[in-house]
Amino acid sequence: MRDDDLDAAFSALADPARRAIIARLSRSSATVNELAEPFAMTKQAVSKHIQVLEQAGLITRTRDGQRRPCHLDPAALEALTGWIDTYRLEAERQFRRLDGVLATLQDQSKEQS
Amino acid sequence: MKNPTIITAEPGQPFLDIIRELDAPRDVVFRALTEPDLVRQWLGPRRMVMEILEFDAVTGGAYSYIHRDGEGNAYGFRGIFHTVLAPERVIQTFEFDGAPHSVSIESMVLEELDGGRTRCSARSAFLTVEARDAMIVDGMEKGVNEGYERLDDVLSSLSLAG
Repeated sequence: MRDDDLDAAFSALADPARRAIIARLSRSSATVNELAEPFAMTKQAVSKHIQVLEQAGLITRTRDGQRRPCHLDPAALEALTGWIDTYRLEAERQFRRLDGVLATLQDQSKEQS
Repeated sequence: MKNPTIITAEPGQPFLDIIRELDAPRDVVFRALTEPDLVRQWLGPRRMVMEILEFDAVTGGAYSYIHRDGEGNAYGFRGIFHTVLAPERVIQTFEFDGAPHSVSIESMVLEELDGGRTRCSARSAFLTVEARDAMIVDGMEKGVNEGYERLDDVLSSLSLAG
């Protein structure tokens, strides 16, 4: 993922309503009406959020007769998760090693007592 | 994962928060974080050997270490222990030789939990958002491809404030 795309994606996700929309779309595709339902938001507000997410490349829309459902773009999200996960995985590895050191220390103190 | 590592890097903010629970009492965790012989065993990326030049984890003390990989690359880090308060708090500066002057401040608090466990909460404050983001990107290992966690995890690591 290029830096510009990453910037656009992260700034799109800096809004809690948009994160909630992403979370909802991770379960299944949905139309603007369906997305607006659980939120205390007008259809227009939801439409605006969807536009932002679409421009950030995180979601796509298709036409299905009169319906225009929104879909999460798994590839875009994967690029994003990859970006943050690599750091998290490194931190996780470090903590696992710390777990090991702590376990050894506790074994030693048990032996001594 | 029994003890998930929760990393929050809010877009547009120069902070990095890491919370992790550990299955050991607080005084033991504090030792592992401040005694150089123990720190050497876990700090830093895998595949790196840690060479500690100085590690004086007391208020006003300093540290400096080098991570070396198998290909002869060396990465130096240094900083000052601003406050070390056993067994609950460490505040230190952090600077990577490869990015001089881009210093950050790390404040870590250890909390006692039930059952002889400990919660470690650390916040790093960088001078700029760009420095924070660069640090995260630099921390990436080339070729890491260990599978992605579920979306929910990612959203929480992006901070599900709303």
